[in-house]
Amino acid sequence: MNNYDAIVIGAGHNGLTNAAFLAKAGMRVLVVEKNPYVGGATVSRELHAGWKYSNCSYVCSLFRPEIYNALDLGRHGLKVIPLVSSMTFKQDGDYFGSYSNPNIRRHELMRHSQRDADAAIRFDADVMRWCRLIRGFLLRTPPDPGSFRPRDAFEFAYLMKKFHELSESQLYEFIRFFTMSIAEYLENYFENETILAHYSGGSIIGTGLGVYSPGTAYVLLHHAMGDVDGNVGAWGFARGGMGAVSGALASSFQAYGGEIRTDAEVVNINVSGNRATGVELASGEKLSARVVVSNLDAKRTFTKVMNEKDLPPGLLQRARNFKIRGSSGKLNIALDGMPTFPSLPKDSSLTLGHMHFTDTLGRLEKAYDDWKDDRWSADPYCDTLIPSQYDPSLAPPGKHMMTVFVQYCPVEPEGGWTDEKRDQFGQTVIDQIADYSPDFKDLLLHAEIRTPRELEDEVGLTEGNIFQGELTFDQLMFNRPFPGYAQYRGPVKGMYMCGSSTHPGGGVMGAPGANAAREILRDLKKPDSTPAEFSDD
Amino acid sequence: MTERIDVIIIGAGHNGLVCAAYLAHAGMKVLCLESADSAGGMSASRSISDDYHFPGLAHVAHPLSRAIRQDLKLDKFGYTPGKAIDTVSLDVDGKHLTIGSTGVSGEGLPARDMSAYAEFRERYLAFAKAVRPLFENKPPRLKDMDFPDKTALVRLGWNLRMGLGRESMYEFLRVAAINIYDVLNEAFEDDRLKGAIATDAVMGSAMGPRTPGTVLTWLQRLYGEQSGPLSMQSGQLVNALTQSAEHAGAKLRFGAHVEKILIENGKAFGVELAGGEMLKARIIISNADPRATLTSLVGAPQLDAMFANRVAQIRGSGVVAKLHLALSGKPEFTGLPESQLGDRLLVAPSMKYIEHAFNHSKYNECSGSPVLEITIPSLHDNSLAPDSHHVMSVNVAFVPYELEGGWAEQQSTIAYKVISQLGQYSPNLKSLVVDHEFLTPRDIEAEFHAVHGHWHHGELSIHQSFMMRPLHGAAQYDTPVDGLFLCGAGCHPGGGLTGLPGRNAARRVLGPGGAK
Repeated sequence: MNNYDAIVIGAGHNGLTNAAFLAKAGMRVLVVEKNPYVGGATVSRELHAGWKYSNCSYVCSLFRPEIYNALDLGRHGLKVIPLVSSMTFKQDGDYFGSYSNPNIRRHELMRHSQRDADAAIRFDADVMRWCRLIRGFLLRTPPDPGSFRPRDAFEFAYLMKKFHELSESQLYEFIRFFTMSIAEYLENYFENETILAHYSGGSIIGTGLGVYSPGTAYVLLHHAMGDVDGNVGAWGFARGGMGAVSGALASSFQAYGGEIRTDAEVVNINVSGNRATGVELASGEKLSARVVVSNLDAKRTFTKVMNEKDLPPGLLQRARNFKIRGSSGKLNIALDGMPTFPSLPKDSSLTLGHMHFTDTLGRLEKAYDDWKDDRWSADPYCDTLIPSQYDPSLAPPGKHMMTVFVQYCPVEPEGGWTDEKRDQFGQTVIDQIADYSPDFKDLLLHAEIRTPRELEDEVGLTEGNIFQGELTFDQLMFNRPFPGYAQYRGPVKGMYMCGSSTHPGGGVMGAPGANAAREILRDLKKPDSTPAEFSDD
Repeated sequence: MTERIDVIIIGAGHNGLVCAAYLAHAGMKVLCLESADSAGGMSASRSISDDYHFPGLAHVAHPLSRAIRQDLKLDKFGYTPGKAIDTVSLDVDGKHLTIGSTGVSGEGLPARDMSAYAEFRERYLAFAKAVRPLFENKPPRLKDMDFPDKTALVRLGWNLRMGLGRESMYEFLRVAAINIYDVLNEAFEDDRLKGAIATDAVMGSAMGPRTPGTVLTWLQRLYGEQSGPLSMQSGQLVNALTQSAEHAGAKLRFGAHVEKILIENGKAFGVELAGGEMLKARIIISNADPRATLTSLVGAPQLDAMFANRVAQIRGSGVVAKLHLALSGKPEFTGLPESQLGDRLLVAPSMKYIEHAFNHSKYNECSGSPVLEITIPSLHDNSLAPDSHHVMSVNVAFVPYELEGGWAEQQSTIAYKVISQLGQYSPNLKSLVVDHEFLTPRDIEAEFHAVHGHWHHGELSIHQSFMMRPLHGAAQYDTPVDGLFLCGAGCHPGGGLTGLPGRNAARRVLGPGGAK
């Protein structure tokens, strides 16, 4: 009776993207979600009466425009508002603002360093080049280096061709960029301490690495390659909060005939004769389908919902060794009014964008040292936004909603998390903001404090890792999530993975979901409904 | 000078000597110029008085590869690999762990770790073996490859896919660029064991166990291990290399400090010494740090601005200090049998301990609990100290090049702190110390002309390895200046007493597209 073509486990944005493309191709698809709402970590919830918190992911920039177009998300209500600036408060009372208007940005850079203003031109051009290169790989399935199949050989040849289009010098610069630390990479361009710290921050978000750890320069790209209206590198905010992204995806999916069941936690993927046959819910109900797709992270998929006996030898060990350490916390704050920041000129537009309070590389690195020792830092890196300034649907008139992403937060402090420790963690963040905004504490009506513990419990992300697995060399491209399993196919026939644990990784991108759909449709010999190639602007 | 010189080599460190010997054996007229009054550079022995002698900055080493020994007939000139020594991971309560060529043992070692260790070593030695063609040749360019470049890449690909097999290759690709911390935590439980292996991965680099790239630095160590086990370094290597080079006709000149490489129309034609003497040759090879070579000896005006800018970006600041102690007797270590006193003793009780020591160096501080690598060379060679006296050589990590508050005021305080830390493991040590020398990275820079006192003439990070070492545009031992080559640790495959940079450079000079 309940016989589906495909069941997708988890209604995160990748699960919904995957399901929508499958449904679009004419399949009968069911998405099952353990929570009473859809979205996974892409949600907006009213956790304080009158306020809407996007309490996990909070900005979208990586979401692929090809997917937006292919699933007609605009018609389903998704509108992305570009963010115009980011800034860092300095301890000496000054600030550095990075505006999207290039002329104003240059003025501001010159105010801090003439040399850096010049270097920024070169920096932008270089980063843009790597963005364009990498973007071409996002919607492609990585080749398997252990395979001799023509398809993998062809894909390797394609990669080689892409790289061959670079000059020799650019090729080495690219490898350096891919393997360097963000601090060292930026020091090749900039000299001003605040500017270095400002542009380093994006590279440690969600990452269990510090600004001096090799491999972090690349993470910058992960954050810089988003598109908002074809504007490379821009960040955007979804009108109505991040829930609008999953809302539009769900609506598109349903318009293609898809079905969603919430409050339905999957406890097992059923396998028979080395083939996935369906899922078992916590209620004991069994659902069958030809294809089962897991949007859960790889560790959870293989250690929790799959049976050890269905896994080939060694895979369970790989799943256990999968690096998925949590490193981030989050505060969602209801404010009685707009806080003031005396360092900024009156009516500065900089409050509209990202605000940071860490003005040296040393402070950033020390916050990482604390995380390595399983402590939260007394001086954390905070990415702060007040989106209610341009999206009045998020808070009552005259009131505001602030979202604070905190790097770093330990998975488990010494002795484990307690509610008291969670609140102490939140207090250090509040104190830091209050250092730059004297009326902030008076305006504070409610704060939801989230540590990796809360992220795991609610969303199901193992250890609260926002990328469903660290973005380190061992877990990128054909290594993501594990070597030999990077092509979205699981260890048994008819079982697939579509979450951020797969290539190209985390961020509200939708690419893993779309790529997995392409592979599934290919196996089923159905017409491809996914965007075939990256559409350059 | 009336005699014709083909090649001038700047610096008689072990790589300069290897390079000189290879070229001399190939029939070239080689002159090797050394500013110190003896050969060896960082591997040269040194003395702190007439009575106490030390084996040099590099106090332990793996044997040179069989190929170099045979090519240069080193055994004929008295080179023998030293007696193998074990590694002891010291525990402050005396529960030490011994890691030898046969395996690992010690009180409280989980049985699981014992068998895991054998398996782990075997796997990583296989990895090190697979990447051998990469180490033993000039690093292949990724564009405009010549035949040897292509061969090296094909051999590497073959070794990885066919030599290791599919599963092993996957594992290699997974771990190649990550940190030793994760890899060791996956494999072992015992902190002393993990600390000891991690020390080998990070010693000499400004990296902690959690720094990505430390599996690669460890694989470089394992490269050396394929030629034989670790032993004490003695003057023997330098002697044999010197004799081999001289026997083949190479000339060595000491006290000759090169101040400038002479260049005309983009071609190097000689060097100028301190004092103004000029020496001419059609090939100049520098064993010095690439940064020193290209900025001080060549000079930015001779280089393309883009290239000069990249030279300025080369990273590498030394983080290891050397403590030499003259002792009036034999030190005792709590819980350590006398038979093991001659081994390599490590104070690196856990990876966390190492990481903490490293953390301080990032902020130009010196940790109160540094990582120590201790040897007592006089137990192996009694000529190093007077009767019943001993010398102790200690690598101290992580010690910053720039110290907050300045080195001048704090150097002796920090040396005494290290001595009292050693006292926690060896209660009688303090009473035995009759003299000491503490070489900070600054002193190492001054003595050995290694920029910022870095052992490897540039960090062994991934972005400064292979075809990017020391920088692209000079990664195949040649430079943009015609006739000027590089042969030191700043070149691929980097530091350690492998002799490979010297050998690869010589082959580059002699081989296709080279200077001959």
